[in-house]
Amino acid sequence: MRADQILHPTPAGLYCPPGDFYIDPVRPVHRALITHGHGDHARSGHGAVLATRQTLEIMAIRYGEDFAGQQQAADGPIRVGDTTVSFHPAGHILGSAQIAVQPDRGPKIVVSGDYCRHPNPVSAPYELVPCDIFVTEATFGLPVFKHPDPAGEMTRLLASMAEFPERHHLIGAYALGKAQRLIMLARGAGIDGPIAIHGALQRLCDYHVHQGIDLGLLVPATAKQVDAQLVIAPPSAFASAWVQRFRDPVIGFASGWMAVRARARQRGVELPLVISDHVDWPQVTQTIRELAPQEVWITHGTEDGLMRWCELQGIPARPLRLVGYEDEPE
Amino acid sequence: MRAFANLLERLAFTPARNAKLRLLRHYLEQTPDPDRGYALAALTGDLKLRTVTPGLLRGLMVERVDEQLFAMSYDFVGDLAETIALLWDTDRDEDVPLTQAVALLSETGKAGLPTAIAGMLDRLGPSQRLAFLKLATGNMRIGLSARMARIALADMGAPDVAQIEEIWHGLTPPYQPLFDWIAGGTRPEQAARAPFRPVMLSTPVDLDQLGAFDPADYIAEWKWDGIRVQGINDGGVRRLYSRTGEDISGSFPDLIEALNFDGTVDGELLVRRGEDVAVFGDLQKRLGRKQVGKDMLDSHPASLRVYDLMIWQGRDLRDLPLIDRRAVLEGADFGSDRIDVSPLLEFSTWDDLAALRADPPAPVIEGVMIKRRDSPYVGGRPRGPWFKWKRDPHVVDAVLLYAQRGHGKRSGFYSDFTFGLWDADQLVPVGKAYFGFTDEELRELDRFVRNNTIERFGPVRSIAPKLVLEVAFEGLNASGRHKSGVAMRFPRISRIRWDKPASEADHLSTLKAMIP
Repeated sequence: MRADQILHPTPAGLYCPPGDFYIDPVRPVHRALITHGHGDHARSGHGAVLATRQTLEIMAIRYGEDFAGQQQAADGPIRVGDTTVSFHPAGHILGSAQIAVQPDRGPKIVVSGDYCRHPNPVSAPYELVPCDIFVTEATFGLPVFKHPDPAGEMTRLLASMAEFPERHHLIGAYALGKAQRLIMLARGAGIDGPIAIHGALQRLCDYHVHQGIDLGLLVPATAKQVDAQLVIAPPSAFASAWVQRFRDPVIGFASGWMAVRARARQRGVELPLVISDHVDWPQVTQTIRELAPQEVWITHGTEDGLMRWCELQGIPARPLRLVGYEDEPE
Repeated sequence: MRAFANLLERLAFTPARNAKLRLLRHYLEQTPDPDRGYALAALTGDLKLRTVTPGLLRGLMVERVDEQLFAMSYDFVGDLAETIALLWDTDRDEDVPLTQAVALLSETGKAGLPTAIAGMLDRLGPSQRLAFLKLATGNMRIGLSARMARIALADMGAPDVAQIEEIWHGLTPPYQPLFDWIAGGTRPEQAARAPFRPVMLSTPVDLDQLGAFDPADYIAEWKWDGIRVQGINDGGVRRLYSRTGEDISGSFPDLIEALNFDGTVDGELLVRRGEDVAVFGDLQKRLGRKQVGKDMLDSHPASLRVYDLMIWQGRDLRDLPLIDRRAVLEGADFGSDRIDVSPLLEFSTWDDLAALRADPPAPVIEGVMIKRRDSPYVGGRPRGPWFKWKRDPHVVDAVLLYAQRGHGKRSGFYSDFTFGLWDADQLVPVGKAYFGFTDEELRELDRFVRNNTIERFGPVRSIAPKLVLEVAFEGLNASGRHKSGVAMRFPRISRIRWDKPASEADHLSTLKAMIP
């Protein structure tokens, strides 16, 4: 069986005919395998969902217990149709996984989902899964993206908090994964006092704590008076009237995009923090070198750069041009 | 250079002036000499280094990175120095003194430059690489004026801004004597000729307030709508300074050549053709040019209309009463017909003056100046001795079209408003205003924006065109850069017309008819 008969893009998402399932479908389908809980990969309304236990629990928090007709937690190799699938840590967020698809006849395909190889206290580390075809993201698929050590970014945050002690520091971070990672980084940098969180982060932070990740003292940033200098909120909150309770805040944003000034300016950010839970250029190219797959497929992102690199390395590559995935999803 | 790179990055993203000043002051306090002096000069554009061409930098890059990947990266990042700073491949991140980078850029010969620059980039981490490349390309784009630098310096120690301004133009990077003075040492000798002297400024006034004063104690003159300048010829050294002490001599060689006197004079820079003083828009064409072409010099000749004498023929007149200085002024020979004296207005009551103000003889007049006869010349803005009584602003009724969220104290509020006027059956954007309203009105406007949004583009929202804003402004210029063809000066929202339907807002033709 040819590789593109095992997995190919459709308007609903990546479809696997021998297994009769979709991976991270963007529309409701009868059977979905889901890599991780970010909203553009994990949607509600599917007939059946197979995902890691943590991804299922995150989906239940976001969409309610009945987000799909059936739910199955991935644990070890699982037969789905004429394929065997297995889930492996992706190092992106809590519960994130790569999905390996081994058809009964034909090449083994690994769909990485979103992945990251920087150490991340809120996620199990990325696991290298040998395969014939590697399906990778290319969110940061240009050689300009070399994510700095997050500890250095925390030093900049601390310096700003010391420079402007009277101003709240409002840092935008996506509610699932980035926010908790940022809190852990802040703890690691020595911020021991209360950190205020926007209401939209409460349940996901609670869940992380429940999973054994000690986020320290968190206070709600919903009161009129917020008694913590560091406040973490989802980016959408900055357009809402919520932010009006802060007088003259320093607005920051934690994202891999902040490495590019024009992007940071677009956001109107005063303190850009380059913190990403995606692979950067050195990591994505290193991963492909280590896996040495026969072919690389690129799901989404700035694929032209990675395509060109694969061409220079003599590795066959093709873009899948999947639609519906955001740069760095909320 | 690590601290300097951090400072550059913070300044680039910090919109508020006071926050910028604090960042700069902290940097200056914590950085040793001579690094801080060079940093200061780099920020204010006073550091003259060899400028590295984009071609040289591109050449360095294509030796190291695939050309296609470089092109894609440049396309994505949009700035050459930044692209190279991000792409450069090295594991080192030494904290190289800024002074070393400055020395490299000022002393390396042309042939050795590519190797020297590559060698420096190899030693630096990404943020220092960007700082170094910005220094090398002479393109800081930080929005920090020399004036702001002096304010930050004044915040560090005893000398105030006026005192620093007086000696500023005698100093060269890295400003060691200045920092010594700030740290409690002796005041640097004013070595340079033709120093800038702090300018005397006025406060606004209206007819009601004037009622408390006796008109006999005051003189009045027209307020000319040009640029307030200080013209100097000090033993043959000629300078033209803006009122904040920026040296603008380079843009006005024609006027510099005409400063055939010995002294320091306070006046208005104008474009004047014979007796006709041109509108501000003509003068604007002469501003900020490094070189002025002959055609421009002929078509837009610069002139100086003198208000006051500060130093004249070796004598400092600033402590004399205004009328005594005025007597010297009226007898002075400036040695050029490009320079004349601002005439006094005859009036005996404030109502007389109000009548003159209401009907000035030229469109370039923007009101009247009222000055106490006995006032000495005092730098800064003392309350009282000098008043400006500007003509009433123009107003139009415009329709709110877009709103953008503000920064700092206005975080979370839609506080920057783009408004438009009717052109046939379309609304054309004509300007932007972000003040003029009270805090309470800001909350109301913010609520209106949120409830009437049509579309969002990042921090900008387009608004259903139904709210009329009365916009006041000081003047109008024809503008090729604006879609509407006009540019307002100093626009602000003078009233929110909740009562007025959008269809009754003004037409673009009404505005265009106001162009002088």
